[in-house]
Amino acid sequence: MPEFFQFLVSGLTVGAVYALVALGFTLIYNASDVVNFAQGEFVMLGGMVTVFTSAAGFSLPVAALIAVGVTVVVGLLLYWLAIQPARGASAVTLIIITIGASILLRGAAQVLFDKQFHKLPSFSGDEPLNIFGAAVQPQSFWVLGGTALIVILLYVFLERTVLGKAVRATAANRLAARLVGINTTTVMALAFGGSAAIGAVAGILVTPITLTSYDVGTMLALKGFAAAMLGGIGSPLGAVAGGILLGLLEAFGAGYISSTYKDGFAFIVILVVLFAVPQGLFGRRMVERV
Amino acid sequence: MKTLSATRILFAAGALGLSLCTPALAQQTVKIGSVLSVTGPASFLGEPEDKTLRMYVDKINAAGGVAGKKIDLVIYDDGGDANKARTFATRLIEDDKVVAMIGGSTTGTTMAMIPVFEEAQVPFISFAGAVDVIDPVRKNVFKTPHTDKMACEKIFENLKARKLTNIAMISGTDGFGASMRGQCVKVAPTYGITIAAEETYGPRDSDMTAQLTKIKGVSGIQAIINPGFGQGPAIVTRNYAQLGMNATPLYQSHGVASKSFIELAGPAAEGVRLPAAALLVGDKLPDSDPQKKVVVDYKKIYEDTAKQPVSTFGGHAFDGLSILVEAMKRANSTDPKKIRDEIEKTKGFVGTGGIVNMSPTDHLGLDLSAFRMLEIKGGDWTMIPAGS
Repeated sequence: MPEFFQFLVSGLTVGAVYALVALGFTLIYNASDVVNFAQGEFVMLGGMVTVFTSAAGFSLPVAALIAVGVTVVVGLLLYWLAIQPARGASAVTLIIITIGASILLRGAAQVLFDKQFHKLPSFSGDEPLNIFGAAVQPQSFWVLGGTALIVILLYVFLERTVLGKAVRATAANRLAARLVGINTTTVMALAFGGSAAIGAVAGILVTPITLTSYDVGTMLALKGFAAAMLGGIGSPLGAVAGGILLGLLEAFGAGYISSTYKDGFAFIVILVVLFAVPQGLFGRRMVERV
Repeated sequence: MKTLSATRILFAAGALGLSLCTPALAQQTVKIGSVLSVTGPASFLGEPEDKTLRMYVDKINAAGGVAGKKIDLVIYDDGGDANKARTFATRLIEDDKVVAMIGGSTTGTTMAMIPVFEEAQVPFISFAGAVDVIDPVRKNVFKTPHTDKMACEKIFENLKARKLTNIAMISGTDGFGASMRGQCVKVAPTYGITIAAEETYGPRDSDMTAQLTKIKGVSGIQAIINPGFGQGPAIVTRNYAQLGMNATPLYQSHGVASKSFIELAGPAAEGVRLPAAALLVGDKLPDSDPQKKVVVDYKKIYEDTAKQPVSTFGGHAFDGLSILVEAMKRANSTDPKKIRDEIEKTKGFVGTGGIVNMSPTDHLGLDLSAFRMLEIKGGDWTMIPAGS
């Protein structure tokens, strides 16, 4: 039984990271129909900027704030310089632009920072806690708690504020949103900035566990995208559920079946789910209106 | 027409002049080629190699060159791409007409370039890790780094001395991890070692507690070996400490033999053992050690010039260049065939990687004594006495 809890905690921690990346995808997808493949680079920037600013002498909270700020600026620049000028283009074109942006960000990080792996100290020590026989790093609680907090904040923002409702309106129907006086350009800029912030926070929270380097974003973007698809792209609840589920699948797959095939196992489950429910677990059923 | 032919004559004269000039120039320089992965995913190998070669070629030239000739070093960057490496190899042979080649940062790029140099009969000293480069022996191909097979043997030798025979392996699925895993599985029976559990992880995985929990659940495991490089082994080490598995000794490979591993793994790295080249513990070697002077000198020169900590990879480039230059001096010729013959006769060369004794059947020339078994103590490497 301790094994079960160990796998559970591993899966939840890794899954929480996937969930945050998936949430970033969801936010931008909702506002603009763009799948932003530079989402993984936001996570990388969050981690790397924190590492380098704290190495430059700032305390960890200040460094983390700077990192979130820098990443939000990068997210906004991505929108203003690359996405907005091409706003008439099809979604596929915009997706390709984000892939280009992700390559650019990775290359820039390689030159500006370096090509080494870096770590951050754990926020509250490295002494593992024993829960039902499973050894848990305190940082795991930070990751889980941080994810929960972001999800709650995002929920309150989207459901309880006027601006949040504007985002949801834009997601539902952009033309109608514009007709009722919503500035959709601002909403989209907000989505890119918000996604960047979520990505940066994810990067800061996980770096003490997973380490970081200029190219951690690629794999995270892939896993986060898979999680978003599994949960149903466009649904914040689906993104979180998909992320956690993917993390659990990997951990239990590696633990009970075979570590060699754990990625394969996770992706097979995703394929099966998508065959059965093509819109994802929590996705909106698309209705073609004639 | 008349003016045209005049121009033609002028051109012809110019061309003649050039062709007369070239041999005169060639007598003063000797061209050595190199293809390295200075950028791209293998840049942690190529970058120190590139710096080392440039640094030492400048030094050799300042001291008068080799046998009165200055070395003209041509370096191409393949970015870790085997296809590009092969194109550059062809260019080195056909356009640059090099007399020897040192380089090939990865096993992939090296294997792609081998046919080019074999066909042109130009000696090729590679910096790649895998044993496949020199096994089977190819006439013109040599290499300087230790092989992963030797790392397995060194670890097993240590396990045998500690009477630990039932082990688990957790290996990365990247090229390095997979190749070393294969070699370890192959040589384990020779040392009476049983691999009772095997787990793997992807090169980008961020959590290995699931795999380690599984190993923990297998009874009778006396030691764990982790072939891999990059951040994977650091995470394995941290998870291993998190799960409180410290009672089972953990062995890492030479793939993580750099200070950054200790830094990344933090206190979890205490007590971890690994085989590594003498270069890492240069200042801790006893004065009687034949390698002491070479590794201390190289470390100082590299760190003073490149302003970054020394790595064993740059050391492999230093060894390759030194072996080549000594062979050229002995051959006293720039004929590739004569240089090749002399490289093969290298005996008792003391490099950063070990003492090299090549032979027609051994184009690496290192034995297990080239590896030192190290243990991490107090955040630093310590040498462990033989048999403990």
